[in-house]
Amino acid sequence: MATERGLVLEARDIVKRFGDREALKGVSLGASAGELVAIIGPNGAGKTTLLSILAGIQRPDGGSVSRSPSEIGWVPQQAAVYGKLTVAENLRLFARLEKCPDVEVVVDRMLDQTGLGDRRDDPVAELSGGNRQRVNIAIGLLAAPEVLLLDEPSAALDPRQRARLWEFIGALAAGGTTVIYSTHNVQEAERYAAQVVVLADGERLFAGSPRELEQTVGASDLDFEEAFVAFLRQRGH
Amino acid sequence: MRWLLLKDLQILRRSPLLVALLVLYPIVIAVLIGFAISRGPEKPRVAFLNEVPPAASELDLNGQKIDVSKYGQEIFSRIDPVYVNSEKEAVAKVKSGDVLAALIIPADLTQKLEAGTGPATVRVYYNAEDPVKAQFVQDTIKAEVQDANTALTKQFTKIALNYLDLISKGGQISIFGKTFDVLGLAKAQAIVQASQASLPANSPLKSQLGQVANFARLARDNLDLSNGVLAAVGTPIRADQKIINGGTTPLDAFAVAIAVTVSLMFVTLLLASGILALEREENAFLRLVRGLVSRTGLLAEKVGLAAICAIAVSLLMLAGITLFVSLEWGRFPLWLVALVLGGLGFGAMGVAIGGVTREVRAASLLAFMISLPMAFLALVPSGAVSSGLYNVIKVISALFPFKPTLDALNSALNKSGSIGMPLLHLAILTLAFGVIARLSLQRFA
Repeated sequence: MATERGLVLEARDIVKRFGDREALKGVSLGASAGELVAIIGPNGAGKTTLLSILAGIQRPDGGSVSRSPSEIGWVPQQAAVYGKLTVAENLRLFARLEKCPDVEVVVDRMLDQTGLGDRRDDPVAELSGGNRQRVNIAIGLLAAPEVLLLDEPSAALDPRQRARLWEFIGALAAGGTTVIYSTHNVQEAERYAAQVVVLADGERLFAGSPRELEQTVGASDLDFEEAFVAFLRQRGH
Repeated sequence: MRWLLLKDLQILRRSPLLVALLVLYPIVIAVLIGFAISRGPEKPRVAFLNEVPPAASELDLNGQKIDVSKYGQEIFSRIDPVYVNSEKEAVAKVKSGDVLAALIIPADLTQKLEAGTGPATVRVYYNAEDPVKAQFVQDTIKAEVQDANTALTKQFTKIALNYLDLISKGGQISIFGKTFDVLGLAKAQAIVQASQASLPANSPLKSQLGQVANFARLARDNLDLSNGVLAAVGTPIRADQKIINGGTTPLDAFAVAIAVTVSLMFVTLLLASGILALEREENAFLRLVRGLVSRTGLLAEKVGLAAICAIAVSLLMLAGITLFVSLEWGRFPLWLVALVLGGLGFGAMGVAIGGVTREVRAASLLAFMISLPMAFLALVPSGAVSSGLYNVIKVISALFPFKPTLDALNSALNKSGSIGMPLLHLAILTLAFGVIARLSLQRFA
């Protein structure tokens, strides 16, 4: 389901308040099919709040999201899996709860897609952080959503695990899945995202490609991270 | 919801140590509490010295023989006698703590009883280092001396009645080995009346003899009434016991109800609070409630799982208990109803604890900390504290599922009181704790 602008997900003027504090101040974003969108910003910018609203975990105080939460896959920052169950049992449980028509087929497909087929009978508690995160993402993909939300997917992973994770995510996007992720790692945004959304203090400061962000700063000798910091300074953050 | 239930059972199956602790600990605690309540204190060890020579142990009250040693033996049913050879040894044993008390029967006991000039005295020494045990020994010996007094009074009354009968009807009496004839009032009346009849009509002695005959008749008539009066002296006050509150549950059967309730409480509270908190610790809560299962459904699943496990443990426990205590299996449906409602009540309270604490360790700790005071408060009997404090305790107990579960199980197991009110109470508590748990989930993740 695409919007009039050809977007598979569109959020308009999202507002979220926690008491007197306004965590999101009319934030909008749009993502096309197969697009990788990175949400970046300093701590407390509202990245996780925005993702949780898109995922339907929190209700916004204002604004709208074009898709219902049931059509969106969501992968929390910390692996939401049961350590005492095996990889296959975790997938099977969530596939049944997702009411997937053929549970075993879906489980086998996800094991194949995540490359965890040889670990299917291992308890998740015995997996490495990277593999656990792959199970975490696989669960988010069980219902074959067109849009997948990832909250800090590479946090707590070593460089090798991160590389394998991004390879996997890249394959998803190449297959047509729109992936929206939040990250603290600005290089990951530059390297993998087609679109970056910069949030600071609940405001959307920028939405465009990494190159456009660098051009906005106007200093050609800066790398992306330096350009991002300079951009925030220019905007008073 | 059944998939979640199966998942939780699978997790429990893979946590054998946790399950063993969860099952064994409540059972051990429950059995210990049951023992503590059902078993009275052991017989106290009491040093015993009988200084009365064997030949003098029989009391001779004008020919009526009473074996005093027979009454002395009765006390041994309640104490564990430690025979000593002297009063000094008895006192030394009390001082050393070897015995809790010493009971000395002096040599002149039977002489004093025979003389009837005053009460005979036994000497008792106590060790009061442990006030509870000392009180128990005092009460035991007092009760036994009272029983012996009552038994002897009956014998004395019987002898007194024989004397009165002798005075009334006449007969023979032995005193110091010599037998004497006693005329008796009846014969005296007859003699006087015969003498009166033999006198001339105008004899002044005739009316005087008439007065004596009248006195003899009146005295005889009134002596007949004395039988009842003397019988009443033996036991002037008797207790006619009627139970106002509570049932007629024997202590052992009540202990069974307590043991099962304690077990049900521990298993359900710890399991329900723990498995709910585990959903948060595994970070799965938000994933689950994001359209896969409703928050209320999740709570219901946790309550149901905890209740099912606790009921299974409780039934196993009851089956084990029937090896030692007789239980009416014909009332099984009522047991089950009480266990189900009790399990749901504790389960709802457990998820409320899990929802508020949000961490498995904190949930388990809080569940444990609440459990014991909740149980002990419900077991405080009326009269143990002031009425105001007792009312406060009653109100607090009513806020938790232990008391109504105990009442329901006691009714189901022992036919004690109505089962309807406790079940209704449990249904209300289940609802109330369910609401608290549901509200706590607003901030759960």
